[in-house]
Amino acid sequence: MSHPAKASEFLQDAAKAKWHDETLWFVRDKRDTISKTIPEWEKLRELASQIKDNVLANLDKYLVQFEEKATANGIKVHWAKDAEEHNQIVLSILQRHQCKAIVKSKSILTEECHLNPFLENNGVEVVDTDLGERIVQFLNQPPSHIVLPAIHLKKRDISELFHEKLHTEKGNEDPAYLTHAARLHLREKFLGAKVAITGVNFGVAETGEFVVCTNEGNADMGVHLADVHIACMGIEKIIPRRKDLGVFLRLLARSATGQPITNYNSHFRSPAAGKEIHIVLVDNGRTDQLAREKFKNSLKCIRCGACMNTCPIYRRSGGYSYGSVVPGPIGSILSPGLDVKKYSTLPFASTLCGSCTDVCPVKINIHEQLYEWRQEITKAQGTNAKSISMKIANGIFAVPFAYKVTGVMMRGALKILPDSITYSGLNTWGKQRDLPETPKETFKDWYKKNRT
Amino acid sequence: MTQNKKIGLFIPCYVDQFYPNVAIATLELLEKLGCEVSYPLGQTCCGQPMANAGYERDTVGTTKHFVEIFGDYDYIVAPSGSCVLHIKDHAPAIAGMEKEQESLHYKIFELTEFLTDVLKVENLKGSFPHKVGYHASCHGQRGLRLGSSSERNEPFFSKAKQLLDQIAGLEWVELTRTDECCGFGGTFAVTEEALSVQMGKDRLQDHLTHGVEILTGGDMSCIMHLEGIAKRNQQPLKFMHIAEILNQVIS
Ligand code: SF4
Repeated sequence: MSHPAKASEFLQDAAKAKWHDETLWFVRDKRDTISKTIPEWEKLRELASQIKDNVLANLDKYLVQFEEKATANGIKVHWAKDAEEHNQIVLSILQRHQCKAIVKSKSILTEECHLNPFLENNGVEVVDTDLGERIVQFLNQPPSHIVLPAIHLKKRDISELFHEKLHTEKGNEDPAYLTHAARLHLREKFLGAKVAITGVNFGVAETGEFVVCTNEGNADMGVHLADVHIACMGIEKIIPRRKDLGVFLRLLARSATGQPITNYNSHFRSPAAGKEIHIVLVDNGRTDQLAREKFKNSLKCIRCGACMNTCPIYRRSGGYSYGSVVPGPIGSILSPGLDVKKYSTLPFASTLCGSCTDVCPVKINIHEQLYEWRQEITKAQGTNAKSISMKIANGIFAVPFAYKVTGVMMRGALKILPDSITYSGLNTWGKQRDLPETPKETFKDWYKKNRT
Repeated sequence: MTQNKKIGLFIPCYVDQFYPNVAIATLELLEKLGCEVSYPLGQTCCGQPMANAGYERDTVGTTKHFVEIFGDYDYIVAPSGSCVLHIKDHAPAIAGMEKEQESLHYKIFELTEFLTDVLKVENLKGSFPHKVGYHASCHGQRGLRLGSSSERNEPFFSKAKQLLDQIAGLEWVELTRTDECCGFGGTFAVTEEALSVQMGKDRLQDHLTHGVEILTGGDMSCIMHLEGIAKRNQQPLKFMHIAEILNQVIS
């Protein structure tokens, strides 16, 4: 289904859509407020952006350096060119340890690689330990937001779900009560897992260390109880030096939720005696994106989610309307790089308002890349205007009013458009909007009479 | 400062067709402020709707035409942030016209920035005793930086407010979401109709909640969309382009 279709479905439940918009706006507002308490905020963003530019320009060197240092620290480093290799590597580690149940803390990369279904098909029980992730996992849904995975659900939904899955009291919606129940449930899982999987927020090339940020401490809980820690890391997560963390950690939490710092920023360097740490470095399309001059800096993303919270489209259409692992503005510039056909409506799911670009802590020019993807997508759909996507063309030119606009507007630019497109009868503009009245004369006519 | 300068009036095609009064107000306003303005009759659409729909490459002809028509002016002024942004950022490069295109970048102004930055209008005389809500169009706001953006940590400024604050009796109404998009977005208004209308309704509600009588802005495209929704729902709001307010006030 296309983005417009799913968005209008989402808007059907007006009360819920309004709540979704307001909840995420609240998060953005918190972010605005806290970012304004840091006088050097804009400088920090600039610095973060430049550090990431440097990383992308020297990614090969930093990755090799990271591997060397991590290996010297006693970590086993693996390279995966795509999702499949990544999943195989993880499975083989589990098999070596005869592990049938794992705990996993939030990792968008493993979502991207569809690790959960892969492991489950191979007889491994996977438990997501982030509360929101566990909730969507119970529902067999993907996360609808990269930082707030269950943001599309209301307290009542969760209460019902927990009643069914965890046998909590029917109708009890008290968040403290529900969280407590989840804790007891997860504790059991933590104690039973020999292997814990985490994502990686930052890998430090200079030292071979890596950092995992969570608000619930669930990554630490999993990792410290398990014998084996597998950290799955996209190759773009590298930063050059340990001191760069000071820049990124300050930006990340404030941008994500408006907190001054993420509750748990856990630094991993080498395995404890008798334990193992593995890092799986994953490409999965990232080097392809790096080769696209106009789009490569989308790889600077630190997955804070701020562009989603600020996006007037995301807030009113929900994460699922995008149909991609990473939704929202950043998803709309990353996903077409993976499958331009499948995700062709995403770059059009925007008014190019630019709010995402202004909010992004690493200054990715998101809305400009949306514009550029539009150019690429129409090219991919055919060079001649007669074969342009009828969907888009119908949208613009279907309306008699729009035709009037375009009649003038486009006379120069649009000679190439076939009349059948411009004269289609469907009146999309006028469904919920009045048309402007047509004045007696145009400005041009007036000007000729009055000024020449 | 604009004496002996040639000022070209650039009127977006849909304004020419549907909102001649906005174009007239822009022209008269500039004239009252002492500018000599001419409107080159050969002008057509700048190509923005095509470019934003993904067909920038098909706007070479219109862009060339634009450069030819406006190339000789010292200043080009338009009552639209959106069209000005297009000329600055998205007009395709034309071989052999690099210099002219480069200079256009510095010569073209959205109306309010021309008034505040070039004409340095500081002392408008006149009164307009109304509660006015300003819709900051995104292309003006975050594209041309006509005002501080709520996302950034920067001191507050707004070129529109700088002008409207000079008018006696005019009450600038603060909104809850100061610079959220109205949902027009060109082709978006029809390809994503449901979202577009919802965004427009939410913007209107913000203005209504704060007691706005007259909703104004610098881009008629946003206003056309908002007014269309307000009329359909019989909401008690009046709509004017900022040029109309300013021109009415100083007559
Ligand atoms: S693109 Fe920027 S704002 Fe969006 S998630 Fe990534 S870092 Fe955050």
